[in-house]
Amino acid sequence: MGRAGADARATVGALTCQDRLFARESTAPLPVPSPHPYLSSPQFVPYPYPYAYRRSQEQHVTETALDAALFIRWMQAAAALVDREAERLTELDSPIGDADHGSNLQRGFTSVAKALESEPPAAPGAVLTTAGRQLISTVGGASGPLYGTLLRRAGKALGDAPGVTAEELQAALRGGVDAVAQLGGSAVGDKTMLDALAPAVEALGTSFADAAEAAEKGAVDTTPLQARKGRASYLGERSIGHQDPGATSSALLFAALAEVTA
Amino acid sequence: MKMLMNVPESVVGDALRGMAAAHPDLVVDVEGRVVVRRDAPVAGKVALVSGGGSGHEPLHGGFVGPGMLDAACPGEVFTSPVPDQMVRAAAAVDSGQGVLFLVKNYTGDVLNFQMAAELAEDEGVQVASVLVNDDVAVVDSTFTAGRRGTGATLFVEKLAGAAAEEGQPLDRVEALARQVVENSRSFGVALSACTTPSKGTPSFDLPAGELEFGVGIHGEPGRERRPMMTSREIADASVGAILDDWQPRGPVLALVNGMGATPLLELYGFNAEVQRVLAERGVPVARTLVGNYVTSLDMAGCSVTLCQADEETLRLWDAPVQTPGLRWGR
Repeated sequence: MGRAGADARATVGALTCQDRLFARESTAPLPVPSPHPYLSSPQFVPYPYPYAYRRSQEQHVTETALDAALFIRWMQAAAALVDREAERLTELDSPIGDADHGSNLQRGFTSVAKALESEPPAAPGAVLTTAGRQLISTVGGASGPLYGTLLRRAGKALGDAPGVTAEELQAALRGGVDAVAQLGGSAVGDKTMLDALAPAVEALGTSFADAAEAAEKGAVDTTPLQARKGRASYLGERSIGHQDPGATSSALLFAALAEVTA
Repeated sequence: MKMLMNVPESVVGDALRGMAAAHPDLVVDVEGRVVVRRDAPVAGKVALVSGGGSGHEPLHGGFVGPGMLDAACPGEVFTSPVPDQMVRAAAAVDSGQGVLFLVKNYTGDVLNFQMAAELAEDEGVQVASVLVNDDVAVVDSTFTAGRRGTGATLFVEKLAGAAAEEGQPLDRVEALARQVVENSRSFGVALSACTTPSKGTPSFDLPAGELEFGVGIHGEPGRERRPMMTSREIADASVGAILDDWQPRGPVLALVNGMGATPLLELYGFNAEVQRVLAERGVPVARTLVGNYVTSLDMAGCSVTLCQADEETLRLWDAPVQTPGLRWGR
């Protein structure tokens, strides 16, 4: 409970709720949420992921700097893929969720594409933070804060450099994935987004195509798992046999990245 | 599935426009997705803000008004609202005495309200949050997202709302809300699945002759599937599940809640059975509310919520309330 900003409070005293609703714009930056209580519980299985990070001189991704224009194309490609796959995502969300993952992400990525078009950021980091902010403000549900945090955290790590290497992107996304795990109090194997994100980020060390493939495989491999987080967890064993919609949409993000870097 | 709507995308906005037209004592920000009591901010009063996915009406927008919530933030159908909504609502209703967020325990609601609380505090609003998690159907809570918030939300909003209306300070209202959560338990069953506007077909397949036992309020299937039971058997099993989990000390408030598509005729009949079981189990009932209050779109079925009530609880329950969904006293 913060008591900071008592002065700001005093200045709005005379306004009615109507004045306040229709005559204000929030410009406050989004805070980074505090860790989920699950983190301090004995059930929490911390990193490292079971996927070892392999890297060698031979298997090194391109050293070419990736620029803001490419990141914008990435987000646009993601929006197009989400749009194309929306029905399938909703279909997957139907037996173990509430049949809205596709429409929620569609709304979110449409607004991401719009925001990036109207004011294209100059740095890759800014592209990701803008996209993350849009997702938090438009998606709702758990996916909004989780995807938003993934992209915002990665974007912040990239800072305002005009170009980044694939290696820097990998490190930034790894931080984003850690933040998602923290926020959701989940780990790989819980049948969540992480099951696609974690292997994809590790595979980024070899190539974008490998990352897309690892994400897709991670998503498919959630099928035999029992959900331990999110709404599907209420189903217990009945969640087994269904592919996780969040992991599936996470794979789309990496499919889009592979598409624009091919 | 036929539905009374224009297009799925406009269902929530259309409902908000309709609410605005029907309830002149509410201010409805259709664009910003916030419902506020017209006389907010009320000087000297702690403000209560809740919200969650749409599809549970009258929860939460129908509980905005004197004696209950100051504002509600409706998300898309079964999707938690976004932080911007709660920040907007908090700024609109804060009188300087602080804002209490009442949050149902779903991963999405928890994450979005948590982000909103931090944002609102950055803007100088003092925020406290209370999590509602009353659904005993979720047993293995270590390996799930925890007990869901269902019927007890109504009790928390009414009782904390009455305490705030009396002028109690934020820490007291927060403590009371927490106590109500601790003293409440719910259990629900579904006789049919519900249909979300965006999907247009039932959320799960429930054969005739079966029911979902221990169901949530988002069309998610329940704890297990059982052959169809009579009202008497459902009351025995539901109240039994609650009392196996927890024994109230003293009298209770009872909510016999419809999931949206179950007629009052059936709900009253079910209430008779619930009262019978409670009498048999030695639990005195101080007040009963029967109706569709925490719903799941067009799902058929019911839930029972019990809340242990002391004298203060009863005084706060009986206090006047003027909202679209609950209205008595004065």
